[in-house]
This record gives sequence, C-alpha cells and structure tokens, in this order.
Amino acid sequence: METLKLKYSIKDGDFSNAGNASSNIKKNLKMLGIDAAVIKKMVVSVYEAEVNMIAHANGGKIEVFIDEEKIKAILADVGPGIPDIDQAMKKGYTTASEEVRQMGFGAGMGLPNIKKNSDDLQIESIVGVGTTLTITSYFKS
Amino acid sequence: MRTIQNLLEPLQAKLHTGCTDVAIPEYAFGSDLMSDVLTLEDQVPLLITGLANTQSIRTAEMADIEIVLIARGKEVTKEMIDLANENDIVLLSSPFSLYKVCGILYQNGLKALY
Repeated sequence: METLKLKYSIKDGDFSNAGNASSNIKKNLKMLGIDAAVIKKMVVSVYEAEVNMIAHANGGKIEVFIDEEKIKAILADVGPGIPDIDQAMKKGYTTASEEVRQMGFGAGMGLPNIKKNSDDLQIESIVGVGTTLTITSYFKS
Repeated sequence: MRTIQNLLEPLQAKLHTGCTDVAIPEYAFGSDLMSDVLTLEDQVPLLITGLANTQSIRTAEMADIEIVLIARGKEVTKEMIDLANENDIVLLSSPFSLYKVCGILYQNGLKALY
C-alpha cells in the first residue's frame, strides 16, 4: 500500500463541528478495511486531540498518513503551548472552560487517554508557539 | 428475541433514529462525561447520557456505540438526529432521570461493564 495522506484544517472555537475531521478519518480507515480495534483506538485518540485543539489551542491542522504497517496522525496547533507536559499528562489535570465541560469534556483525561490508545505518542510544545502531537498505531504491535 | 421495542414502554421512550427490532444488548454504560466513555476498553453497545448535544453522538461514533439513550427528557436536536442517522446509531430519549433509566435497564437484564 502506498502512503495515503489525509489533511484537515481545524477552526478555533468551532464546537459545533468538533469531531468532523475524526469522523472523516474513521470513514477512510474503514474503507481501507483496517481492523476495527485499531481504528477505534486511533479515532478515539484523534477525536480527543481534535476537541483539545478547538477548546484550548486556537485551531490548527490534522494530517494522517497510512501505509502498510501503521497509521500516523500529526496534530499541530497554534495555541498557547503546554508549559509542563508531565503535569498535563496527569489524569484530572485540566485548564478547560465551562463551554468545554458542557460538551462532556474537560475532565483532564484527554492526553492520558490518547497515550493509552496509541502505540507511540510524541508531544512537542513551545509556550506561545503551539503544540504538535504525533500519534502512531501499528497494525501488528 | 427481546428487542429495543420491549424497552420503549417501560422507559416511556421515543425513538428518533434507527429501528426497534434491534436485539437488546448485554451491556450498557451511563455517563454525562464523554471523556469517561472514551476511556472504556470494552465494547459498549448502549450509552445512557443526559448530555444532549452532538458530542454525545460523535462520541458514540468514535467508540463504536450502537445505541444512545438520552435521559432526563432533554431535547434531541435535529443535528443529533442527522448525525445519528448518518452513522447508523439508534437514538432514543426518555423523560426519566439517568438513575431511573439505568434502574429500568438493569431490571430488563442489561448488565454493567464493571
């Protein structure tokens, strides 16, 4: 399989469309006949990250690369950055607004859940510049 | 086979999308916090929630949940119905509280995940 690339732009504060990119990614992964368990883990991770991007990070872009051995999602935002990644990875730590909580999120479980659902998670963050998550799932891990 | 149709009367439920001849699933999970739903490792066929917005349907889509039951008589919006239709999700609503809905489902044999 040649590398397939999907690309999405995410608008800041666009709560009504939160999940549209993740939904499209899921439909594409299903069409490729990828194992349902692998798809679920990847789209749960990407959905959590997409909501984060809309809620905290001024929007950004999502790119997904699929080849014969893995799915790699790169989510780059132009938000405030994460000053302390270790703290952000702790369950229950949150900076969420009331609006995010009304959507059923903002309990400080997003990043830990992304890590749990991925084979590899890389977080690069520069305060004042933005955060990039690279989420990788292998078909045979 | 007992189906969703058998649950409509005890729940005083309204069916918004899908059909009622779907078998009653073995397990259900209730939460208003979608982050909690997304952390579940097991397959959850039925979600009971008081969160009446598109994110409850999106969460169901991502987590492969087949049936969503909105409790507390919350309004089910057109956006929710469209999204549920698009993803083949059975969408129901009940006027009862989350606690009462869970009790009725438990009485009808639906088990807790843990």
